[in-house]
Amino acid sequence: MSTPLRPDLQLISGWIAPGSRILDLGCGDGALLAHLARTRQVRGYGLEIDDDNVAACVAAGINVIQADVDDGLAAFADRSFDYVVMTQALQALVRPDQVLAEMLRVGREVIVTFPNFGHWRVRVALLGGHMPHTPALPANWYDTENIHLCTLADFDALCRDSHWQVLERALLDRSHRTGASIRIAPNLFCEIALYKLRLPG
Amino acid sequence: MAVAADSVGVVTPRRIAIATPLLLACGRVLPGFELMVETYGTLNVARSNAVLICHALSGDHHAAGYHAADDRKPGWWDSAIGPGKPIDTTKFFVVCLNNLGGCRGSTGPTTINPETGALWGPDFPIVTVRDWVASQALLADHLGIDVWAAVIGGSLGGMQVMQWTIDCPNRVRHALVIAAAPRISAQNIAFNEIARQAILSDPDFHGGRYIEAGVRPERGLKLARMLGHITYLSDTAMRARFGRMLRDGDGQYNFNYDVEFEVESYLRHQGNSFVDRFDGNTYLLMTKALDYFDPAREYGDDLAGAFRTATARFLVISFSVDWRFSPARSREIVNALIAAGRDVSYAMIDSQLGHDDFLMPIPQYHAVLRNYLDRVAAESAS
Repeated sequence: MSTPLRPDLQLISGWIAPGSRILDLGCGDGALLAHLARTRQVRGYGLEIDDDNVAACVAAGINVIQADVDDGLAAFADRSFDYVVMTQALQALVRPDQVLAEMLRVGREVIVTFPNFGHWRVRVALLGGHMPHTPALPANWYDTENIHLCTLADFDALCRDSHWQVLERALLDRSHRTGASIRIAPNLFCEIALYKLRLPG
Repeated sequence: MAVAADSVGVVTPRRIAIATPLLLACGRVLPGFELMVETYGTLNVARSNAVLICHALSGDHHAAGYHAADDRKPGWWDSAIGPGKPIDTTKFFVVCLNNLGGCRGSTGPTTINPETGALWGPDFPIVTVRDWVASQALLADHLGIDVWAAVIGGSLGGMQVMQWTIDCPNRVRHALVIAAAPRISAQNIAFNEIARQAILSDPDFHGGRYIEAGVRPERGLKLARMLGHITYLSDTAMRARFGRMLRDGDGQYNFNYDVEFEVESYLRHQGNSFVDRFDGNTYLLMTKALDYFDPAREYGDDLAGAFRTATARFLVISFSVDWRFSPARSREIVNALIAAGRDVSYAMIDSQLGHDDFLMPIPQYHAVLRNYLDRVAAESAS
């Protein structure tokens, strides 16, 4: 018996080739890795900092390494994984750009998801003179873990400037659906962005 | 004394004789040897639920329970082994032995060399972690155990676990390596050397033939143990436990060299109680086994190379304030296992004491152990 996989994780698993080797940064309770192991014979490791999550991964039989992503990926060899995945953690890193570069060194492809700070709700809140409280960003400005939020446009600019190739992109609302409004004005209506990247060449 | 429901209760060690000759790393051969062994729980019909516990520097076969109903202290890892405990004796058949060269009944310096009829003493060969694993494999044969569901050990015990996965890859399903290192550092060898010099330079050492001389190198052994205990605790733990507290309540300095600070009292107590239960020659060879352990050496210093033929799944655990075998050393093991493509999980336990934490029932530590071993038990039962 298993609980249904979060829709964004479902989408990610569709981007992953069967039998591949994966590193999941901030793997939580290991739901994605467990799902991929079951459905796609994927082998891999999760990195996770939280004690309860580590214990949960161990209970689920997931390979979990207790470590802080901000400490870097120096322990992992170049191109040692088919995919390096990070869901909803980019904005909480000290240097997201450097971690992304490290992910692209360690993995042939990188899959990353983040909340879009360009969403209209965020803009409305800022116009009203306050930091936003949205379903995707519920915390207060003083206790949020999110220290490096970005918009779709900002992330696209980072990819362009860093010469990272965007292989796939999925833009979702908070119910993890795509829709006409997102297609027409993505940076206004997308709440969660999923990117698949690789180095050029 | 009423035995707690989660205790294995009163246990009786047994002496198992192995008649198979054992070629040691030093080149010498033991024609046969005896091992003191304790077991807890029941071996299932499929013989698939056996767990081996490897002891550390000063450990022995008495890992859990009591030898007599009025024993004050249980075995050295009683916090983790018993009915309903993380190493659950209602699920596993747990085996623990006193290693070759030990001083608690297994063949070693304090037993008789059958070839000479005299005590082995200093003539007992210096054994290595690899020799221990070879002797433990012969013990497994004797017990009818082809494959261990898990091999578990902390510190020097963790080194035996790693060696098992390298030397007998098909005989270990799960390897639990706790508070260990892939090889010890110059600083660690230095501590061991001071411990050895303390014993070797004791006037009562008599070239290792002290038992025949009717004495024991008590001062040296005591010093060695005192030094060890400094390295088993973190600075913070020592501060919290002893601070600069004085034994006398009057708060006055005595201006002499008697026990004065609480930490002095603690170290002297540890030293004194150790002398009563341990042997100098055994301490010497155990520290040497620590120094020599270096499985990567035969693989061009590539630890991943050493693990490439291993098939076990690994759980590696370290403790945040352990500086004798620091978390960074455990990460070296983990990194090598990842590079070798092995299945591995790693937990760093937020801890208080230091190296000694691996014997403590820290909730997160035991939760991880329990979660891991519950899965091992489930797959061993089927």
